[in-house]
Amino acid sequence: MTLPGPALIAQSALSGVFIGSLYGLLGLGVGLSWGLLHIINLAHFGFAFLAAYVCYQLASVGGMDPLLTLALIVPAFFALGVAVQWLLARFAVSPLNSLLATFGLTAIIEAGIQGVWTADFRKLESAYASEKFRVGALFVPVPELITLSLALALCFGIWAAMRYTDLGRALRALAEDAPVAAAFGVNRRGHELILAGVCGALAGVAGVCLALGFTLTPSQIYAWVGVVFAAVMLGGLGSALGPLVAGIVIGVSEALTMAFASPSWAPMVSFTLLIGLLLVRPGRT
Amino acid sequence: MIPVRRIVRQAAVTLGLMAVTSAVCAQGTQPPIRIGSTLALTGPLAATALVHKVVGEIYVEQLNKRGGLLGRQVEWIVKDDQSKPDLARTLYEQLVTADKVDLLMGPYATGAILSAMGVAQRYNKVLVHHTFGIPSLAKYEMQFPAWSLGPDPGTTVPTTVFTALAASPKPPKTIAVVTSKFPSVHFMSLGAREVAKKRGLTEVLFLEWDFGNLDYGPIAARIKDAKPDFVWVGAIGLEGNQLLEAMSKIDYVPQEHFYMYPAPGPMSKSPLAKNALSMTVFEEHPPFTNAPGAAEFVALYHERAAKAGIPDTSVEVQAAASYTAWQILEAGVRGAGSLDDKAIAAYIKTHTIDTIQGKLRFDGPSNYGDDLMRVKQVQNGRWVTVFPKEYAAQGATLQVQ
Repeated sequence: MTLPGPALIAQSALSGVFIGSLYGLLGLGVGLSWGLLHIINLAHFGFAFLAAYVCYQLASVGGMDPLLTLALIVPAFFALGVAVQWLLARFAVSPLNSLLATFGLTAIIEAGIQGVWTADFRKLESAYASEKFRVGALFVPVPELITLSLALALCFGIWAAMRYTDLGRALRALAEDAPVAAAFGVNRRGHELILAGVCGALAGVAGVCLALGFTLTPSQIYAWVGVVFAAVMLGGLGSALGPLVAGIVIGVSEALTMAFASPSWAPMVSFTLLIGLLLVRPGRT
Repeated sequence: MIPVRRIVRQAAVTLGLMAVTSAVCAQGTQPPIRIGSTLALTGPLAATALVHKVVGEIYVEQLNKRGGLLGRQVEWIVKDDQSKPDLARTLYEQLVTADKVDLLMGPYATGAILSAMGVAQRYNKVLVHHTFGIPSLAKYEMQFPAWSLGPDPGTTVPTTVFTALAASPKPPKTIAVVTSKFPSVHFMSLGAREVAKKRGLTEVLFLEWDFGNLDYGPIAARIKDAKPDFVWVGAIGLEGNQLLEAMSKIDYVPQEHFYMYPAPGPMSKSPLAKNALSMTVFEEHPPFTNAPGAAEFVALYHERAAKAGIPDTSVEVQAAASYTAWQILEAGVRGAGSLDDKAIAAYIKTHTIDTIQGKLRFDGPSNYGDDLMRVKQVQNGRWVTVFPKEYAAQGATLQVQ
């Protein structure tokens, strides 16, 4: 076996950073919802793909710049997130039941997407799609760079908001001990709706990134679930930065596995890391 | 007084009219022949299954216009197996036991076909199927493949590809075999390795990935690093496009490249897929369209596929295999002169059947006949057959970068 050269290793690692940032971006919404709202929201993946298709439609048919579609998608998906949270709260859905309910919702979203856009492949052809530049021997594709930038900005933005704003502190207090937080005047229902809306909006942003870099088909929704859940659990539930860090660690590990060994070994990486963490630090998640 | 000749003439006309009327009535009162099948109308395989649905509707409509089968109209009952082989099994059971269909037609995709084959075997029903990818698994004696892969495609298909490349302006000396582990693709890629070795090509890279892989960047980087003259990509569906996109992102254009089962529309339309090779049993150009009924089918398919919202309305492997399946079933019923499954199977097994793919026989291992797969290439945004030359589109030859 010959060892790969430095250029191949670096290019593979960069590819891992990019895909890992998307794991992290998707994981951010899932982790916040799970950790702070106690809702295991599988529909987050459905929302992300729905947003990707909406972006595709607005850009391909409506002629909008894909990034400008965020101006419509983010508020719309904020509202969608609020609506779903209102329903789940209305029926006092437990965390385990939320997993089942949102799985059902995902299936409905998938069927809806298939009804509107069919199961055929859809590729957003944008000005960014084929853009790339070189840094030394490395090629940097622009759509992936946009995803990485958005993931970094949103993760750090939410981390700062959770740490330094009243809303963030209230949300953390609610997650810690809701009755005590309510006794201190925290509006539990209102704050939960806002956070759910933010998670919905994050799914919208992730969807635009998916549309920029990937060919879409409804069944792809499920391809992301396993690895993103691994990133969320490795990164810590409710953490803003954890899923991004974990996502990049997984992405780079997978990419290096592909570069050094066989691509077919890569899927084992995320779950091996997860099992390893659970063995070493069982209370982490 | 009325002349006798006039009376005789009127009587003859009346009797004739009565005969025609009674024949028409008899056909009208006879229940239709019911053919049952499932298709993956929802779920991950729905995009391709929709092709089979449109083709089936066209064929049954044409068949009924020709008077149906055995003097009876034909009704096609199609159920949605949701891309789930286990559900396909249940639905085929229902079709036989509850719906009591007269005949079966195969579903789409290898897994579902295997399920349907088990049910057909249990009830001794003939099963003609469209695009079954692993001939060695077809053990039931009354199953008949419409996709002319031959009994050993793992050897014959790569042999055709390498023969085409050897005849190209720049025969490759080195090869990279990169492949999905999707079952009906993987064994073909392993076969390609063996055939390449026997033909003296040097393998510079062999990689496998799991179906559903999300990151093709490192795979593309390894191919670029290996610098092969020819890349064999054991890809199914969108995987080929995803790999092409990843290669483009690192500014790499493969010299010669082959994709086993690409998503035909997205690949031909991708500017990155210039000169990409693949296999076919039918393309929309002569001599394929010279087969009886082929040109009419192509025109009808364009119209109906567009109405059904299928983005790529060209007839290629899937649509052609689907049409062929119906041709085989029709020929079997007409040849047997009855709906008896054993008689139909006996007829198909012992006769050569004219289809839009060519003449098919079913007397080989697993009821497979000849491997009729040809090599096609993306040229100017569309697939054209380039090898062998008697099947090549007019003026088309294998192009290299």
